[in-house]
Amino acid sequence: MNRGHEILEDIVGTVEILGKTLAIDKDGHLLIFGDWNEELAREIALREGIGELTDDHWTAIRYMRKVHEREGAPPSLRRLTKESGIDTKALYRLFPNGPAKKAAKIAGVPKPKSCV
Amino acid sequence: MAEGKILQPVERVSIIVSRGSLEGVYPGLIMANGARMEGIEASLFFTFFGLDALTDKRLDHLKVATVGNPGMHIPTLLGALPGMSAFATFMMKKEMQKLDIPPVREFLQMIHDAGGEIYACKASVDMFHLKKQDFTPVVDDIITVGEFYAKSAGAQIIFT
Repeated sequence: MNRGHEILEDIVGTVEILGKTLAIDKDGHLLIFGDWNEELAREIALREGIGELTDDHWTAIRYMRKVHEREGAPPSLRRLTKESGIDTKALYRLFPNGPAKKAAKIAGVPKPKSCV
Repeated sequence: MAEGKILQPVERVSIIVSRGSLEGVYPGLIMANGARMEGIEASLFFTFFGLDALTDKRLDHLKVATVGNPGMHIPTLLGALPGMSAFATFMMKKEMQKLDIPPVREFLQMIHDAGGEIYACKASVDMFHLKKQDFTPVVDDIITVGEFYAKSAGAQIIFT
């Protein structure tokens, strides 16, 4: 899959994380799926005010990555709650102030486009 | 454009749902849930026929209005034929399912679990002779319009 051209158009800036310069999109999410690793995720979580990542955080983060890898887009919040096994209440507790976008940001995938 | 001005982000919304048709109820639900998804505080205030969306016996059976609804793009007399509203409702539900938009009952639960507040308007509750036990359990309270304004301090009020 050659997305090189598209990716160039989507870059709006870069961010320094753990000594690396990484491309980000207009929402500040990592642009390149392969740039992500767990260490980066922990660092992004700290910057987002989420703090230490628990097993439940990781379940949500991995689910976001899995769907994005398979379908080319991250899941809606509703799918995240239904299919990751972490319910709505828990997600809002784990990722306050916007669970779908925060989980997506930490997972290194774009902000979900869905309205639900 | 607002060049040079610092625009305040929306922090709280109070959404009034005044209609009881399917297409009258969903916009408010989508906006309230969407607000919570963005970290914006949200409360919903159901008034007049909007109360049908909270009434346990009715909320699973809301229908699309096919009469007096120019958005349907069918002649009013056709819209009045038996089965038209049921058909339009079926079609709309099917389309919404494709978009991952849940049924009303599940949507209310989602908004409640997301920390959104759900209120019924006291004047309408009295007018329709309803009681607290007629409502789905996610309803936080039955409140007066004055209490609604007090709870909406600092919020944008949106009428649907």
